[in-house]
Amino acid sequence: MYEFILPNAWLIALLPFLAAALIFIFVHRWPGISAGLSIFAIMTSFVLSIPVALAVFAQEGGTVFEFSTRWLSMPGLNVDMGLLLDPLTAVMLIVVTSIASLVQIYSLGYMKGDPGFSSYFAYQSLFAASMLGLVVANNFGQMFVFWELVGICSYFLIGFWFGRDSAKNAAIKAFVTNRVGDFGFLLGILFLQIVFGTLNFTGLSQEIATYTNMAVLIPLSILLFFGPMGKSAQFPLHVWLPDAMEGPTPVSALIHAATMVAAGVYLVARAFFIFSAVPQAMTFIAIIGAITAIFAASIAMAQNDIKRILAYSTLSQLGYMMMAMGVGAMTAGMFHLMTHAFFKSLLFLGAGSVIVAMHEEQDIWKMGNLYKKMPVTTWTFIIGALALCGIPPLSGFWSKDEILLAAYASGNLGLYILGSLVAFLTAFYMFRLIFVAFFGSNSYGEEKAHENSPVMTVPLIILAVAAVLVGFVNSPLMHHAFGHFIKHPAGIQPEPSTAIMISSTLIALAGIGLAWLIYQKKLLSHEALREKFSGIYQLLKNKYYIDEIYARFGEVLVYGAARAMFWFDIQVVNGLVNGIAFLTGKSGETLRYTEDGQVQSYASYMMAGVLIMVVLALIAVESALL
Amino acid sequence: MFEIPVLTLTLVVPLLGAMIIMCLPAGQHKGIKWTAALATLISLLLSIAIFIGYDRSLGGIQFVETIPWIKDLGVNYALGVDGISIPMLLLTTLIGFSSVYASWNLAERVREFFALLLILIAGVMGTFITTDLFIFFLFYEVVVIPIYLMVIMFGSTKRVSKEYAGMKLTIYLLIGSAFLLTALIALFVQARAISGVPSMDMAFLASLNYGVEFQILVFAFMAFGFGTLLSMFPFHAWSPDGYAGAPTAVSMIHAGVLKKIGGYGLIRIALTILPAGAAVVAPIIAVLALGNIVYAAYICISQKDLKYIVGYSSVSHMGYVLVGIAALNLISINGAVIMMFAHGVMAALFFAMIGNLYEKSHTRNIEDFGGLAHQMPKLTAGFMIAGLASLGLPGMVNFIGEFTIFVGAFGVYRVISIIAISGIVFTALYVLRALGRMLFGARNEKWDHLQDLKGVELVPLLVLGLAIFIGGFLPFTLMDLINNGVGELLAQIGPLQIGGLW
Repeated sequence: MYEFILPNAWLIALLPFLAAALIFIFVHRWPGISAGLSIFAIMTSFVLSIPVALAVFAQEGGTVFEFSTRWLSMPGLNVDMGLLLDPLTAVMLIVVTSIASLVQIYSLGYMKGDPGFSSYFAYQSLFAASMLGLVVANNFGQMFVFWELVGICSYFLIGFWFGRDSAKNAAIKAFVTNRVGDFGFLLGILFLQIVFGTLNFTGLSQEIATYTNMAVLIPLSILLFFGPMGKSAQFPLHVWLPDAMEGPTPVSALIHAATMVAAGVYLVARAFFIFSAVPQAMTFIAIIGAITAIFAASIAMAQNDIKRILAYSTLSQLGYMMMAMGVGAMTAGMFHLMTHAFFKSLLFLGAGSVIVAMHEEQDIWKMGNLYKKMPVTTWTFIIGALALCGIPPLSGFWSKDEILLAAYASGNLGLYILGSLVAFLTAFYMFRLIFVAFFGSNSYGEEKAHENSPVMTVPLIILAVAAVLVGFVNSPLMHHAFGHFIKHPAGIQPEPSTAIMISSTLIALAGIGLAWLIYQKKLLSHEALREKFSGIYQLLKNKYYIDEIYARFGEVLVYGAARAMFWFDIQVVNGLVNGIAFLTGKSGETLRYTEDGQVQSYASYMMAGVLIMVVLALIAVESALL
Repeated sequence: MFEIPVLTLTLVVPLLGAMIIMCLPAGQHKGIKWTAALATLISLLLSIAIFIGYDRSLGGIQFVETIPWIKDLGVNYALGVDGISIPMLLLTTLIGFSSVYASWNLAERVREFFALLLILIAGVMGTFITTDLFIFFLFYEVVVIPIYLMVIMFGSTKRVSKEYAGMKLTIYLLIGSAFLLTALIALFVQARAISGVPSMDMAFLASLNYGVEFQILVFAFMAFGFGTLLSMFPFHAWSPDGYAGAPTAVSMIHAGVLKKIGGYGLIRIALTILPAGAAVVAPIIAVLALGNIVYAAYICISQKDLKYIVGYSSVSHMGYVLVGIAALNLISINGAVIMMFAHGVMAALFFAMIGNLYEKSHTRNIEDFGGLAHQMPKLTAGFMIAGLASLGLPGMVNFIGEFTIFVGAFGVYRVISIIAISGIVFTALYVLRALGRMLFGARNEKWDHLQDLKGVELVPLLVLGLAIFIGGFLPFTLMDLINNGVGELLAQIGPLQIGGLW
């Protein structure tokens, strides 16, 4: 069994690609067949991923299987298309294919009747193929290729409802912001190619192990990290992710919460041998991650759009994962990536269910008492939220706890405190959402809402079960099986600390409690609080005005400069050309008068010419004699 | 055994087609168009046969044909192709074939148009398949005449008049060729002085050793001549105006292949014959290339007319080719060659789509549009493929070009490369903004009457789109061939050193 599946694991990425191609070229006209094809492909990929993961799991450590085929090669440059199957890949394969399958099934309900139904599934398949291609990559070249491809799929899916200007602009913003990150990423890759002559992960890890020139490694690793900063929406390149919520909600769940945005974290894990060799880069990563975590969590408290709250929560959690990477806890970061993928996609799909029920309403203040009409959505959503807040024994508890533990153990007390604060804020904004939208006293929700069909609720239930259970794989109860599975040397974990477990649980409960006091018990009026802290509230509500600052900046630096250069091109460059043409024409016109047909004038010109030549000759002779 | 002169056949078929068309009655539109289509199809198939039939293990110049012509000057009608010229030949026939279909709806002076078009295609093809410098120059001059006539007869007037555009295009071409001719004569005279043999054979000229100062001077002349043709900054002013004024087919061929004669000439002639000159002048070219890449990309951001956007963007993309050539190593030049191919198919597709839209809507201003994807999904697909190719998305052949050039140049010109690579951000910005403005957003009722691409209008999209994807997904199909050609060329001239600080 394993003998077949390992060399043929490329099928996992190829099947969704074929589905996308078939839909685009042939079956576009039939929405049912298109969706069926797409779902069949991704589910087959999921089924194939299981034996791959088992095969990897059965192996004792290291790379299990690597396979390359020549793609772009010439003396001095080799970019292969390859397959690297190791524990990291295995985890990602399972996460991506399982969530993608559920999201696609859910989409059957969510996208029902949409005129672009077939295209939607084609893009979903294309995304799945690109994401899987990225996950199995065995070199940076291939990684970059699929990195860009998931980016363009994200562009198409954010802008899926292309009739809306907001969707169109969000799509462009996402792609261009990512391009800024990719600019650095590409430079980093070029550095690797020039310095080490290979882009292969295995080859590079051997080279880096003995390479000590920090003057090269520091800029190189920081440049490489630009890629993850764009893709995983880390501060200051985070601005695109909240806007990306313009896409259909299942897209937000799969791409902008569970998988694609986690690709940045995955890249850091994949290239951990580079980053971990450069302490400065690790500090940089940890700081960027911590800033993103606290910054986004604070914004989430003041948002009213259900998807935006979740989007900022995603940002904050991605920051958490990066912070874990930065303090050297690669296993904890990957673990949190996995648990987060499940509970955050659950939360997004739950939000999608609410949005469908509320007829496209996304403002939480216009909901309320949803629990009466939508029991499945409500309870699965609460499970997801509890997991996110880190309430034991749900999955988020185990992974978040490990990150806090790692931050503490690494000696960065500041990061630990910051992480705890983020945990508090997370619990607060999530339960603010829940108390207002699901239990709020408004009757809008009660009047309008209805529970959705099983095609949407069953994926919610499955994900809720996963959100409860996946955390156990790395709990002390299972002897940190996940950590042993990842088996990275740096993945050896510090001993679990009961004190940290208890304190982080208490912090989360405190956050929930505060939200309960304000939004459920109404012991404190949130309007009064808003009045009292209106300055801070406005700052948070307006996302620290970062978008506005960028817009102003771009207006001057990009559009202003563009206009200036066009002016220069027309007035100066073209002006010169036209000026020369004008002079040529004018001088021709003027000289024309010399050709007057009079022999006398020609004779006098000749005379003048002879005289000048004689004078010149004399001068030449004089100077030669001197 | 009698060998079929494949290259001559490829070259002659369009000329034959032009002759047949001139013999047909002027009103016979269908017949004229099908003749042109058939002639370009035969050329296309022959060039594909050459692409497949070229023996890669053998390498070198193949399909050689030589007929002595002017003994005293050592001029031969000499044809032959290698790994660099085959992609260019293929590019010419691909675009030539597509351009016929892009002009399918033409209704006035059809006979003149297609006859001139076929002559133009043959002329461009000739420059790529000859191994004789004189013949190269001859074909290059042949190209100028149909271009001028077609622009002033069939062009359109927007920011500048079509007469101005035609004049500008032609005069720039001629100034370039004047410099080229000077360089060519100098080379010929010097070569005869050294070897005592009059010859115009490129390989022979390359085998001689010229003095370094002579090389620098002549290379500079050639760089100016070819650079103008390639719209090297600051000699690019003809490009946006020229494309804007020209009819669709001319824009396609001009931006798609004619321009590439500049890059091809730089590699095949200037660099091969005058390597020492190249090593000195190259850094200057690299700096000027930044003017192309960044400056032109910036200008694109402020443009509203589609043809100006693509015109300036083609100036910008030629900057990558110039950087690739200027870095003077195997990887970078490989990248430059495949970039020329990539940009050719992409620009031709772009212009085909613009032409189609303009024909139906009579405007090219992106602000007049909005939400065209509602009415014209296939046209939208065409624009998106061209646009994504132009921003260098992997999966498209343009990415292969850019990436290879970057790898090749990065080791040679660190700072210049970093600035050049920043172009990927601006390109994404202007491409997506322009296309977004035009294609997406709310439905605009005003354009409900527009018909989507149908029938033969789809041919350019399918042919050029396929080329873009095949090159992007299976880059080795092209790259192995190119690497073959460039590798041999560089092996002849030996290692080159470019000064340090760049």
